[in-house]
Amino acid sequence: MKNIKKIKIALTGGSASAEALRQINPAVAPVYPITPQTPIVEAFAKFCADGKADTEIVTVESEHSAISMAIGSQAAGARTVTATSSQGLALMNEILYIASGMRLPIIMLVSARALSAPINIHGDHSDVMGARDTSWIQLFSENSQEVYDNTIIGTKLAEKSELPIMVIMDGFTTSHSVENLEILPDKIVKKFVGNYKNEKALLNVEEPHTYGPVALPDSYFEFKIDQEKAMNEVLDNYKKVAREFKKISGRSYKLFEEYKVKGAEHIIILAGSTAGTAKVVVDKMRKKGKKVGIIKINLFRPFPYKKIAKSFSEAKNIAVMDKSISFGSVAPLYSEIVSSAYQISSQIPNTKYKIQSCVYGLGGRDIFAKQIEEVFEDMINENISKKTKYIK
Amino acid sequence: MEKGAIIKHKIKNATDTGSWRNQTPNLDKKTCIGCGTCVKYCPDACIILKEIKNAGDNKKKIAEIDTKFCKGCGVCAEVCPVKAIDMK
Repeated sequence: MKNIKKIKIALTGGSASAEALRQINPAVAPVYPITPQTPIVEAFAKFCADGKADTEIVTVESEHSAISMAIGSQAAGARTVTATSSQGLALMNEILYIASGMRLPIIMLVSARALSAPINIHGDHSDVMGARDTSWIQLFSENSQEVYDNTIIGTKLAEKSELPIMVIMDGFTTSHSVENLEILPDKIVKKFVGNYKNEKALLNVEEPHTYGPVALPDSYFEFKIDQEKAMNEVLDNYKKVAREFKKISGRSYKLFEEYKVKGAEHIIILAGSTAGTAKVVVDKMRKKGKKVGIIKINLFRPFPYKKIAKSFSEAKNIAVMDKSISFGSVAPLYSEIVSSAYQISSQIPNTKYKIQSCVYGLGGRDIFAKQIEEVFEDMINENISKKTKYIK
Repeated sequence: MEKGAIIKHKIKNATDTGSWRNQTPNLDKKTCIGCGTCVKYCPDACIILKEIKNAGDNKKKIAEIDTKFCKGCGVCAEVCPVKAIDMK
């Protein structure tokens, strides 16, 4: 950490991830364009064209093909990366389960966007929430800096855990906005991620392996339990990788970020770029003596249930802000938080908080500081209901 | 248990899938020019090129078909440029 040169640069979230990819230098990148993912691969393809990365970029005919090829190349023994958004991720859905089922640590950058219909190209979390049960690790990023860091952390985390990862940024809000960030020297990143070695590489003809055999009722169940076990181990792996990353970057990452949660009576829980706005609101309200705080989700899959429930156990009120909707149910993040509260209820009995669900920003609708302040004010005034509030 | 159900391939334990075959490729050794086209096309990797001795000590490479895993799809016969393979 001491002697590492800090390089300051202004980049969009998309270019920041491309910068990280250039340093990681994956072997293969099968990609298909879709807004707002395009700037990621555009920037990365330019690096490859200029000879700054020697990744084999394959322009395939659909996202379904992109992820299918990613599986083939990762199984062959090559570190593989792809990127997508929205309908692209939805089209990949069928194959996402195969990638995780075969325990292939594919890296996918997702510029989160709304789903059709009606058609909308702007940012919300509908697409990634639709893929939350695919057994992919899901890592949310707040800004360009986090996108850059998460791409590097994510690569190591996926390969350590032998599970694929989605590094998520908010479409347009993060992917297209230029921000200042600090990048690491190439050598440091390359040393950090190391070389990818697939012990069961298909191209190793000396020791042939079979991928994707049939597993009937007598064994399928066990394979799925084993996969779930691997997913749960990601929590510890993430802590280890984040600790190592802190040594080279000085930036500390936790399963979730607590912003002025200590002594806070009213807490907002959210994920993604809106956390930045919410932090400004917290600072402002704290100055007025109001006890407010933020919990920002970093790792959404696997979800750190117990840790997060301990974090908000002393709160009076909690508002969970979702940038997606779950039709016929409650919003995804809200449902996780309610589960967390239940799981901890025997260990910490007398908790008294109420949990409010808020849905905001669908289809890229802007959210302003004033609206977040109102969410806090509602909690302070005990204006809490079991109905979902729509912050329009 | 094998991670991700990725299993080490044991040739001895492999099912004799060649028994599914209802047509068998027959190679005419004299016609075969050893170009290796069928080797690349065979979806079950059943064909290799093997060196044989010709009359007058000339060495020649020709195809050798192992029917243990051959399903009789006929791709080899279709792609052969000299029609040295006949499906029967």
